[in-house]
Amino acid sequence: MATEFHNLQELRHSASLATKVFIQRDYSEGTVCRFQNKFPSELDSRIERTLLEETVKTLNTYYAEAEKMGGQSYLEGCLACATAYVIFLCMETHYEKVLKKISVYIQEQNEKIYAPRGLLLTDPIERGMRVMEVSVFEDHGSSGSSLSSSVSSGGSTQR
Amino acid sequence: MSAVMITRKVRKWEKLPGKNTFCCDGRVMMARQKGVFYLTLFLIVGTCSLFFAFECPYLSIHLSPAIPVFAIVLFLFVLAMLLRTSFSDPGVLPRALPEEATFIEMEIEAANGNVPAGQRPPPRIRNVQINGQIVKLKYCYTCKIFRPPRASHCSICDNCVDRFDHHCPWVGNCVGKRNYRYFYLFTLSLSLLTIYIFTFDIVHVVMRSVDSGFVKTLQDTPGTYPFKVLVCFFTLWSVVGLTGFHTYLISLNQTTNEDIKGSWSGKNRVQNPYSHKNMLKNCCEVLCGPAYPSVLDRRGLMQDNLPIPASAGLPAIQGNPVPQTTKTTAPLLPNEHTPDDTKPSISDSAIAHAEKRSPSPKEEKQSTLHKVLPIPISPPTPTKVPPLASPETDADASVIIPREKTL
Repeated sequence: MATEFHNLQELRHSASLATKVFIQRDYSEGTVCRFQNKFPSELDSRIERTLLEETVKTLNTYYAEAEKMGGQSYLEGCLACATAYVIFLCMETHYEKVLKKISVYIQEQNEKIYAPRGLLLTDPIERGMRVMEVSVFEDHGSSGSSLSSSVSSGGSTQR
Repeated sequence: MSAVMITRKVRKWEKLPGKNTFCCDGRVMMARQKGVFYLTLFLIVGTCSLFFAFECPYLSIHLSPAIPVFAIVLFLFVLAMLLRTSFSDPGVLPRALPEEATFIEMEIEAANGNVPAGQRPPPRIRNVQINGQIVKLKYCYTCKIFRPPRASHCSICDNCVDRFDHHCPWVGNCVGKRNYRYFYLFTLSLSLLTIYIFTFDIVHVVMRSVDSGFVKTLQDTPGTYPFKVLVCFFTLWSVVGLTGFHTYLISLNQTTNEDIKGSWSGKNRVQNPYSHKNMLKNCCEVLCGPAYPSVLDRRGLMQDNLPIPASAGLPAIQGNPVPQTTKTTAPLLPNEHTPDDTKPSISDSAIAHAEKRSPSPKEEKQSTLHKVLPIPISPPTPTKVPPLASPETDADASVIIPREKTL
């Protein structure tokens, strides 16, 4: 049986949450924001490995761009210091701009890739940048045992 | 007993756990004890007012008008830095939601294997490799998370803070990743201001004494000198010393917490994996690095369900996913925590998280009202994911509005 959802609204209203999978932070390079590119085994039957890895890689690139220590961040820091950081009350920082881009990207990924597969990616900032939460949904009417993670019973559901 | 629920919109800061106080509808975030902060304000404003009132007129005429102007600029900068340090979110890490807490518990149990009855389970530690060094991440029993590297739990504010430096009563807040540079600039500019005022106090007394004699000078000027000299003297030694100490820490990219615990000192210990081994680079990273935004979203809106006891048996519309336990609060733990006496089980829920929907004492009552599917206390096998579902999705739990810019 196919657990296909056509859009995010359908996902939210007709599906029930089965489980949540958490992608942890990767601290190998220090405290910069990076997520592990280890594919969780619970999602094996729900989504192709390359798609999720691509999403995580792109997000890691965005976060690296936000936290990059370069000319622009130094300039922004010095300018802000010169104005006693009052300028931060009116201006959007570089990090915040990148976070907006990230949330647009995640929304787009959810619409195109994850919702049709019954998954939902939560923006890491909603979880304190600690984890990337992937919610796994089951279709209400598809099976009685909608609580287990044995989604492999659905057979090949990938498109 | 049934209850009718009314939903109302509240700001997320009203439901945040921890012992912070919030002002201006969530824009300002401070610790609970603010008395010493008011003292700091009083000392700075009081001393500077006396300086402006009694010495600046004389000095601007006899020396230069630039003296009070520079003093005012410095004074305003000091105030701005103090208020920024005190009012901003130091980098608080939100507590784990129930599903995440359960997931982590399962991972821990899988890692520990079978612990024989009567034996203490091993301490909850996760080893990660950072820049080639092994660093131990500790588990926080209050926040139900493995603390990220350099984070620590402040027992005064009852929050885990990222890159925790220390809790400063003088500014009435924790000093962490987000406000460390403001704290440093505050101490630095306050040192400069104190030295400046002290110097011009002496210049003023000397100049007047040259004119009219030392004793007459003391008689002429009102009895503000003892107060100012005392304040400046003690401030000089403490604040200048503190600035020097933090300059040393910044150049090594260390926090006060790490320095006190001796995390990176000693021969057998790990070397600091966060240091760039270059003083200038370390300073640039700490002082001129990117401005990290707050992850708390204090001014976001969320639904809050308030049950109203009603006679009719109306079923509840929305509710909590896992209200299984009578233990509704995590125990208050000091910074160096000790684990709970009871073995933490999956049925414990992290009570107050950002998406919490109802006041805590009512949770138990509501557990009978919802179609909560049975949840086992411990997983049958480590590999099987226990059901955590609720009939309703929690995808639309909070109203989604653009995150507001806050300090």
